[in-house]
Amino acid sequence: MPIPKDIVRIAETDWEIPVTHKPGMRVPARIFATLSLLEKFDDGVFEQITNVATLPGIVGQACCMPDGHWGYGFPIGGLAAMDPEEGVISPGGIGFDINCGMRLCLTNLTFDEVKPRLREMVDRLAGRIPAGVGAEGTVRISRDEFREVVERGAPWAVRRGFGWREDLDRTEEGGCLAGADASKVSEKAVDRGYRQIGTLGSGNHYLEIQVARAENVIDRETAESFGIVLPDQVVVMFHCGSRGFGHQVATDYLRIFLGAMRTRYGIHVPDRELACAPFRSPEGQDYFAAMKCAVNMSFANRQVILHRVREVFSEVFGRDPKDLGMRQVYDVAHNTAKLERHVFGGETRELLVHRKGATRAFGPGMAGIPDDCRETGQPVILGGSMETGSYLLAGVRTAGRTFFTTAHGSGRAMSRTAARKRYRGRQLQEQMEERGIYVRTASWAGLAEEAGPAYKNIDDVVEATERAGLSRRVVKLLPVGNVKG
Amino acid sequence: MTPPYRYLEDIATADVAFEAWGPTREETFLAAADATLNTMVADTESVAPRERREISVAADALDLLLFEFLQELVYHKDAGRLLLRVRDLRIEESGGKFRLLAQGWGEPIDCGRHPVLADVKAVTLHRLAVEPTPSGWRAVVVLDV
Repeated sequence: MPIPKDIVRIAETDWEIPVTHKPGMRVPARIFATLSLLEKFDDGVFEQITNVATLPGIVGQACCMPDGHWGYGFPIGGLAAMDPEEGVISPGGIGFDINCGMRLCLTNLTFDEVKPRLREMVDRLAGRIPAGVGAEGTVRISRDEFREVVERGAPWAVRRGFGWREDLDRTEEGGCLAGADASKVSEKAVDRGYRQIGTLGSGNHYLEIQVARAENVIDRETAESFGIVLPDQVVVMFHCGSRGFGHQVATDYLRIFLGAMRTRYGIHVPDRELACAPFRSPEGQDYFAAMKCAVNMSFANRQVILHRVREVFSEVFGRDPKDLGMRQVYDVAHNTAKLERHVFGGETRELLVHRKGATRAFGPGMAGIPDDCRETGQPVILGGSMETGSYLLAGVRTAGRTFFTTAHGSGRAMSRTAARKRYRGRQLQEQMEERGIYVRTASWAGLAEEAGPAYKNIDDVVEATERAGLSRRVVKLLPVGNVKG
Repeated sequence: MTPPYRYLEDIATADVAFEAWGPTREETFLAAADATLNTMVADTESVAPRERREISVAADALDLLLFEFLQELVYHKDAGRLLLRVRDLRIEESGGKFRLLAQGWGEPIDCGRHPVLADVKAVTLHRLAVEPTPSGWRAVVVLDV
């Protein structure tokens, strides 16, 4: 689909589609991208982001990040802030994989130390962290305890011995959104989730051993404050979410909202995936409390996975994880709606910020980030394709117009079906190994779908966020080992 | 035999879209069930009918009935780790309401025998359609994977 004719370039990386673009738009749509990224945006993005601009109570503009691509309802990379009194909450603005997110953990090992044990480590990680279709975890708990997990999040996991207290300080929202209410989630959601804690999932979910090469450190001072201090330092990054539990919560409420939206609230949306309800309605509040459960399940899931990673490193190197310097850099959430305080229209207001495939990126001095990041801004973790690398970024002061939000990854450029036709999993694995990246996968076809060229260039995406003033580069991380879900 | 469904490349970049068809609504729904299963496992014939699950869903539109039906299969994939093939599918319609009854036959995922593909997270409403064609019916579904 061509770029809309009425799009206006209001700054180098800011493209605005005015409210006159289609009937019903309440605010403009704003896309953050360089010209070359904009030209590669796929068909659905322009249609979907202008649909988002029609939602009741949206303030400012409907935003799309530089890694935006065709989703359902919202585009992936979509952002919408709603007035909590006048506005709606929409499961389509959050996604089915609620709080899919990224976590990054340090080590004090260099690549030379890890290299001889790399295969063994990747194999052990693949064995310890179940992945793939319907995978079950190794944490055995009852349905009742699972309800406690979803109300308490990562602190539950730490209390059970999965991780360290300090991990919670390095997790968005401390690893638990207050107000989660397990009575608002269905039995079906519990059925799907209670055996999945500590599992990776599939699709674009993965765990990587990465290297911070000296030449890829862009801001040495910030890198050091985030814990990247050695040449060729090894780190571990992973991407996963709330698994079947979150998927069921989203599905349940999509169904409820679809019924209530027109009959009870008289809201009409251009796409059923934008089904929504007033935030202050009973349905809206129930979904908000249930969604928080899924957010917390996901924080707990990543907390358990971090613990497994530390176990494996500790076994392989015969040293305590603390002695191996395995501190968590940060944990960021991608698919959420949260009440946050932002300056808008000259006053500080509470807004319901929907982020779908977008990352919170709070700048220096903002409340809600670790004390030792007050000068640097929040660490932001951007996962690239498994072949090209990922980034550690920092939040900046200039991101107010996106309510301090930046991109979440490379963004797909090729459909899964097209990628599977073009690439072969086994061949790809061999080619990657020749280039020094050892991969273990639960699915060969799944591996082919994640081939590097199926994604936008992460360097371009990250550069666009920096030029747009949404986040800044700290260090690029290159993969050497990958467990693919 | 060519299965009565095909995967679509041009919509929903990050997800899996398919078109399924058949001479009747029931056969179209069965084709959509196989297409959903085939998104998760490479060979649907590898799923042996060892366990049975009754499937009973209702909706007030035919496309939403398909949504509810496929969502049941996704539920069983996580809740019992069950891969299911569907038989004896019946659709009843009365007063603008639709009801579907069917039997799912299958077995728990065994990675040794079932080469797994993608984990289906959810059935989306994006471009969801069930519509008559000159030769029967067709459905379009986008799955979140």
